Order: sequence, then structure tokens, then C-alpha cells
Amino acid sequence: MYTFSNKLKTFSFILMILGALGVGYGFMTSHKSFEEVEHLLAEESHGGGHGEEAAHATPSHDTSVNDDSHGEEAHAEVDEHKEHVEHVQHQIANRPWSALYVAAFFFMMIALGVLAFYAIQIASQAGWSPVLFRVMEGITAYLLPGALIVLGIAVASGTIGHYNLFIWMDPEVVEHDKLIQGKSGFLNLTGFIIRGLIFIAGWSLYRHFSRKFSIAQDTAEDNSNFKKSFRIAAGFLVFFIYTESMMSWDWIMSVDPHWFSTLFGWYVFASMFVSGITVIALISIYLKSRGHLEFVNENHLHDVAKYMFAFSIFWTYLWFSQFMLIWYSNIPEEVTYFVTRFADYQLPFLGMVVMNFVFPILMLMNADYKRIPWFVVMAGLVILFGHYIDIFNMIMPATVGDRWFIGIPEISSILLFAGLFIFVVFTALTKAPLLVKRYPFKKESEEFHY
Amino acid sequence: MEASKVIHAIYTDDDVLMSAVKKVKAERHHIEEIYTPFPVHGLDKAMGLAPTRIAITAFIYGLIGLTVAIVMMNFIMIEDWPQNIGGKPSFSYIENMPAFVPIMFELTVFFAAHLMVITFYLRSRMWPFKKAENPDPRTTDDHFLMEIAVHGNENELQNLLAETGAVEINIIDKEDGH
Repeated sequence: MYTFSNKLKTFSFILMILGALGVGYGFMTSHKSFEEVEHLLAEESHGGGHGEEAAHATPSHDTSVNDDSHGEEAHAEVDEHKEHVEHVQHQIANRPWSALYVAAFFFMMIALGVLAFYAIQIASQAGWSPVLFRVMEGITAYLLPGALIVLGIAVASGTIGHYNLFIWMDPEVVEHDKLIQGKSGFLNLTGFIIRGLIFIAGWSLYRHFSRKFSIAQDTAEDNSNFKKSFRIAAGFLVFFIYTESMMSWDWIMSVDPHWFSTLFGWYVFASMFVSGITVIALISIYLKSRGHLEFVNENHLHDVAKYMFAFSIFWTYLWFSQFMLIWYSNIPEEVTYFVTRFADYQLPFLGMVVMNFVFPILMLMNADYKRIPWFVVMAGLVILFGHYIDIFNMIMPATVGDRWFIGIPEISSILLFAGLFIFVVFTALTKAPLLVKRYPFKKESEEFHY
Repeated sequence: MEASKVIHAIYTDDDVLMSAVKKVKAERHHIEEIYTPFPVHGLDKAMGLAPTRIAITAFIYGLIGLTVAIVMMNFIMIEDWPQNIGGKPSFSYIENMPAFVPIMFELTVFFAAHLMVITFYLRSRMWPFKKAENPDPRTTDDHFLMEIAVHGNENELQNLLAETGAVEINIIDKEDGH
């Protein structure tokens, strides 16, 4: 049995407290009054940082001159100025919400990716991975709380908050927007909540029963539990591929309710899958370094690292396919998605391709390097950070626009959920022995070598 | 002059062959060659053969293919005749790069795969109309053959090989010493 070391427990609490403080600070400082934002914009335009804003802000100061012949024009300028300031005010208010949402989704998707990987290992009757099953089960323990938190933040942003993440939740916006009206059969709060709960219930039920059968198999007389877990794994994978796709429309794609992409579900899946596998590798290496996984050898590490390598390339394939098809045809209603990302998010948008593709392909191509723990850890940390940026790039342009920064709200949100993730996962790891017993492929897995 | 005599020890089981190889290596005899009808897992390790470097050559060939693709398309599409084709920006390579990626990818794979295969053929001396180097036709079906050079220690070697479970031990005069 694994015992949760006090050091790690304290560490996770420190992360959570620091994170919570930072998130609180983010929310406290994001409510700016109209005048404050006006002042901020005026200051920025003097600094010469944003040429476009300067053009909006400067003439509006002169509009106090009440000239009758130009009254109408001046009035229009005042309106435009007011709209601009309110727009920026809204973006500033959105930032802590988005930061929290991105981090919550990132850690949730790790657990979900691991659950899909686990189900694939069981359904394909893999002979190498049973020694890692308990690590995977530990990670998926985060799925239920994590997914509920994501759904909770999404719903809260539209009920407690002022529609900070999903503008289709705002009845005023929908009233003036024919496109969203047309989609309101799908994009409405009730449907969103019901669908979300169905997804979470389905995933959690599979996680609950697979874990139950896995532990029951340890003391069983026959293989009936193994057979049951095989069957539900196959069923879950069918359920998963539908719900994962719909979840990505609901929870991510709908932040841009005017935009759509058919590849999106797969793209999000690739991101979650590779992050999940990377976390399996990192936690296994950590546990092994503490002497808890003596049955895991470098051949298992090699296989996990191969998955990291292969799915990094798979992610890039989908990323590029989605980007290139839209770039090539350049249809205005689709291409705005990438135009905003290239205009305002150039460094994160292209930086993530380097971190998620160029770096892993060069680091993990060599078979010998895949067997060196610190090498896999280094590559894994870069991949994880790259996929955080990936989620960041999906959410932020729609909510905060060009007012993005990776500062206190973003880093604190990562710390908060990292702490929670570590606490939940390592608590779950203490609940069962770290090696499955009586699993039919256990012996093969222990003697696995490549 | 090299020894012109070799011993051919024939085995009928790959497990017996593996243990024989380990024993012969432990006695510090040099194994010239082993002929098997199929790949025997771990035989190269037991014989102490150096690992292959063909993956490294493939990586280099891939880089060459990528370079060829980039240079070719940069010259044709950007430098030589930068036409406006359907509004695609041909002012610089990077601006139109997404359209070139499929070709860059395919040429990388093409060069890596084909040149690696050709390298393999050259290094293993395989080509059409090559005279087969097969000392015993049974080694392509169900027998394994170990060839050891003889340096005036025929009896000692014969006894050793008989101990390892060889079903047949022949001393052969080689026509052409390597």
C-alpha cells in the first residue's frame, strides 16, 4: 500500500491556498468602473501602445463641444466610445473567470484522457500496461470533482457572473443576434446543464465500476470481474467518443458561438489524450523514484514515452489539418477564428506548436532517450505546458481578446487546480495496492520487455 | 593467410541454438556467421553484434528530403515566378507555407523510407541476380547453422559443439577465404 507522504500533502495544500488567494485577488481587481476603464484606455493611448484604441479614444474627448451642426456625428462618436469602453470593461472582468476555467478544464481533461487510455488498454487487452493500471485509476479519481467544477464554473459564469465565458447565455446578446438565435435550440442553459450532467454521469459511472471490478478482481476466484470490466470498457469507449465530441462543442467551442469546426472534437481529444499519457508517465516516474513501483521498469517507461511521442504528432496533425483547411479556403465566417489568434496571440499560438510538436519530436525520437526518466520528465513538462497553452488559446481569444496575459489570475488558477489534482490523485492511490493481483495479463506485464 | 577450414554445426531448434551461441561465446571462439530460417529474437545480443545505425541514416535522409522540398518550392513558387494563384500570398515562403506542408511531409517520408531501404540493400549486399550465399539449403526451411573458423583445434571444437546439442557437425574446406 502506498502512503501519501506528509510533505506532498502539505505541498498540495500550499498550492491550493496560494492558488485560492491569487484567484481571489484576480476577481477583486477585475471589476473596474466605466471611468476607470476610460482612464486606463486614455493612458494606454498616450503611451502609444494600441494605435487602434487611440483612434477610438481621442476624438471622443472632444465631443463635449456641443455644436449643433455636428450634433448627430458627435452623438455617434459618444456611442462608439461608450461601446468600446464597455467592451474593454467586459474583457477585463472576464479574465479571472477565463483563467479559472482554462485551468479547471486542463486538469479535468487530464483525468478524462487517462480514463479513455485506461479503457483502451482494457478493451485491447494490452499486455504491457496492467502494472500501471492502479496509477491510471488514481488519476481518474479526479474526473468526477474536476468535471463538476468545470461545469460549475461554466454555469456560474452565466448565472452568478455577468456572462463572462459564454455570450450565448446572455439573453440581451441573443436578442440581437440572428446566428445565435438559430442555434438556441442547442445552445441554451437548460440543455447545457443537462448534457453536461449526462456526460459527467456516464464517465463517472464507468470510472466507478471499472475501479470496483479492478479491486474485486484482486481477491476473486475466477475471471468474471475481468470479463465485466472488458465489456464495460468497450461500451464506455463508444459512449466516450460521442460525449467527448459534444463536450468539446459545449464547453469549449461555444465560447465562439459564431464559429464552428467539424474537426474540433478530435482535436480536443488529441490534446487531452497526450496530456493524460504524459501525466501517467510523470506520476509513475515519481512513484518509482520513491520505491513504490519496483515492478515498473524502463521498458514500460519506453512504451509510455512512445505514446507521448506518437500522440504529440497526432495532435499536431489535427491542429494543422484544422488550421490549414480554414487558412486555405479563407472563408470569412470561419477564418476570423484564426485571424484573432494570429493578430493577438501570435506567441502562444505558434509557441504551442513548438512545445507540442517540435520539442517532443526531437527529444523523444531516440529509443535510448525514451528510457531515461529525467529526459521523459523534461519532455513531459514541456508537453503539459504546451497543452495548457492550447486550452488557453481556445478560450481566451473569445473572452478577454487582446487583454490577455499570463499573470496572477492564470498562474494562481493553475496552482489551485494542481494542488487539488495532486491531493485527489494521491489520496486515491493510497486506497488500493499499487499492483493489480490476479489480473490475467499481470504476469506478462511484469515481465514485459522491449 | 586466413584459415581455409570452417566447422558447420547444424541445430534444429532456436532455443538450443541460443544456448549454444552463449556457450561458444563463453569459450571465446569466434562465430563467423549464423544462418537461420527466421529472425531469432535476441540472437544479435547473444552474438554480441553491434546495434544497427540504420535509424540514424533514415533521420538524416528525412532531413535531406525536407530540405529538397523547401528549396524546390521556394524556388518555383516564390523566386522564379511568384504568380497570384487564387489569392494565395506568394511574397515569401513563410506566408504561403501551410500550402507547402503536405509536400514537405511527403518528401521527408519518401526520402527517409526509400534511401533507408537502399542503404539496407547496399549494406547487406542484396541485389537481383546476386549469387545466394547459402551453405546449406535446409537453413531456409527448418535448420539453423553456425559457422566457426578452425585454427588447428578441430577436435576440441567438435566436442564442444556436440555438447551444445548440434545434430550435425561438418568440417568444410572453404574455396575462398574471406
